[in-house]
Amino acid sequence: MQGNEACAEGALMAGARFFAGYPITPSSEIAELMAEKLPLAGGSFIQMEDEIASMAAVIGASLAGVKALTATSGPGFSLKQENLGYAAATEIPCVVVNVMRGGPSTGLPTSPAQADVMQARWGTHGDHPVIVLSPYSVQECFELAVKSFNFAEEFRVPVILLMDEVIGHLRERVELPDAVEVVDRKKPVVPPDKYYPYENDASMVPAMANFGDGYRHHVTGLIHDITGLPSGKPAVTEKLLGRLNHKLDRYLDRITLYEEVAVEDAELVVFAYGCTARSALEAVNAARGSGLKVGLFRPKTIWPFPVEQLEKLSGKTFLVPEMNCGQLVGEVERVVGRRQVHRLNRFDGELITPDEILLKIQEVMSGVQ
Amino acid sequence: MFSEIAQYFRTEALPHIWCPGCGIGTVTAAFVRAIKNLQLDQNKVVVVSGIGCSSRMTGYLDFNTLHTTHGRALAFATGLKLARPELDVFVVMGDGDSSAIGGNHLIHAARRNIDITALVINNSIYGMTGGQCSPLTPHDKRATTSPYGNLDRPFDLLDLARAAGATYGARATAYHNQLLTKLLVNAYNNPGFSIVEAISQCPVSYGRRNKFKTPADMVLWQKEHAVTRGELGGEDFLIGDIFKAQAPEFVAGYGKLRERLRGGSADG
Repeated sequence: MQGNEACAEGALMAGARFFAGYPITPSSEIAELMAEKLPLAGGSFIQMEDEIASMAAVIGASLAGVKALTATSGPGFSLKQENLGYAAATEIPCVVVNVMRGGPSTGLPTSPAQADVMQARWGTHGDHPVIVLSPYSVQECFELAVKSFNFAEEFRVPVILLMDEVIGHLRERVELPDAVEVVDRKKPVVPPDKYYPYENDASMVPAMANFGDGYRHHVTGLIHDITGLPSGKPAVTEKLLGRLNHKLDRYLDRITLYEEVAVEDAELVVFAYGCTARSALEAVNAARGSGLKVGLFRPKTIWPFPVEQLEKLSGKTFLVPEMNCGQLVGEVERVVGRRQVHRLNRFDGELITPDEILLKIQEVMSGVQ
Repeated sequence: MFSEIAQYFRTEALPHIWCPGCGIGTVTAAFVRAIKNLQLDQNKVVVVSGIGCSSRMTGYLDFNTLHTTHGRALAFATGLKLARPELDVFVVMGDGDSSAIGGNHLIHAARRNIDITALVINNSIYGMTGGQCSPLTPHDKRATTSPYGNLDRPFDLLDLARAAGATYGARATAYHNQLLTKLLVNAYNNPGFSIVEAISQCPVSYGRRNKFKTPADMVLWQKEHAVTRGELGGEDFLIGDIFKAQAPEFVAGYGKLRERLRGGSADG
């Protein structure tokens, strides 16, 4: 099965019943599969007039109570940003799959890259929360697609499943479970006249009433108070933005997904995600085979950034291979210190090979020792 | 009387933000009267709006209301309607919202003939941002971004919607507000994409730059230039039902597809 297919299967199993999209390489297989499968599953597929409209339709469907997603790549992801910000501000759950290709602009439509890592975090204007997951295998495309919906529903945030062309088009053996854990948004338990759509409780995530369920309320991208109505008051603004931007804090343990390989005694830790982590894993194994104390830290959740997990590894030397000019490496430097971090970047549309990483490991280690 | 329609308003959200003399309030009342006349279930009514003066209407109305991003109201509404067809979906937009930044969404909603009723409040100007010209500002008229007179030609929004596939189009004015209510009822009753243009006055950002001394002058202009039939003079425009057509409706079509596939027919 292909990565894009596994992503579609995961979305369906997580309960997605709405897809709105616009054709774009290398993500189009996801839309094609959804067009075929959603009506069979009792859901809906619509090809919208553009990427902006697709994102809007997804949010509309979610507000009507139907789990919804869209899929795109770099140029389309740029266009999604407007309404991604709307989803973040209004706390409407949604999932956006971005199968990354080389940029900027039209860039390299059929070649892989990891060039949208910062855009996934900061692409829309204003401070806002977002969760970004990055799979490194076809199996993980499935698993993280499920997680994406569960996180979106539980925390009422947009979740970005940040794939890349290699993972999207890779074919691997996948084991699909018969069922998965599915999380649904928290609904109001109070009667409609007592319902405040943005009322804060200890969870920091307000209960969400779907349109049409009898809880008439207002949803706006303007700064709003707990009733949902617009307000420009400084106290209301501070309260809303404070909650929005800190609502994930208490759940970081659950949201931060990662894998560590042989990091305990490692002198050098390779920090790699997505398709690059595949090469990195092979290089780390080869290095260990030759007696070098090297480990791998592989974030599956890249935003929120795994700060605590990396802090535990501080003191070690890091190597960050990325298929861009250096994006997430800046975050690694921020946590463990710039002097501790080495870069390996490739942005020609070709994969970083295990040999390249191994050579760099050897080069860095010779300096370390 | 406001008391007749007060149940459809969030009175706690009032007073509204519109300027004295603005026509949007009159249009809002006509719109709400249509919903009252149709006796729609308030819990099943969704009103979606974009960004601009007229789009602030949703905040004051006691329905399921969605104040979206600039120009995108129809795209949000499309997702809502397809996901939950039993909802009655209305979309309120301004002239810049619907015909400039949202023009693409307008023609595609019309092409799909999706069962949504769109109300475009056309005051010929971007009011909220201070009076810039829009694609519906008449030729030669003044705006802050056409200080020497507008060089562009305006759209005829209903011609555009008809050509794109809408199945009902109508026009009234803030002055002809009882007609507006009737036309909105007609629009709702059309099982497809319907568009009603409500010509309205913006005395502050449009009128005072275009030789209208008072809001009343603008309303009188609406009265004098709106015609129901016959030859159109210089600034005249048609009001009433403008076009009706029949075409397959998108959401119903999708529902049939779903039924056919899930009914286990051999070709499914």
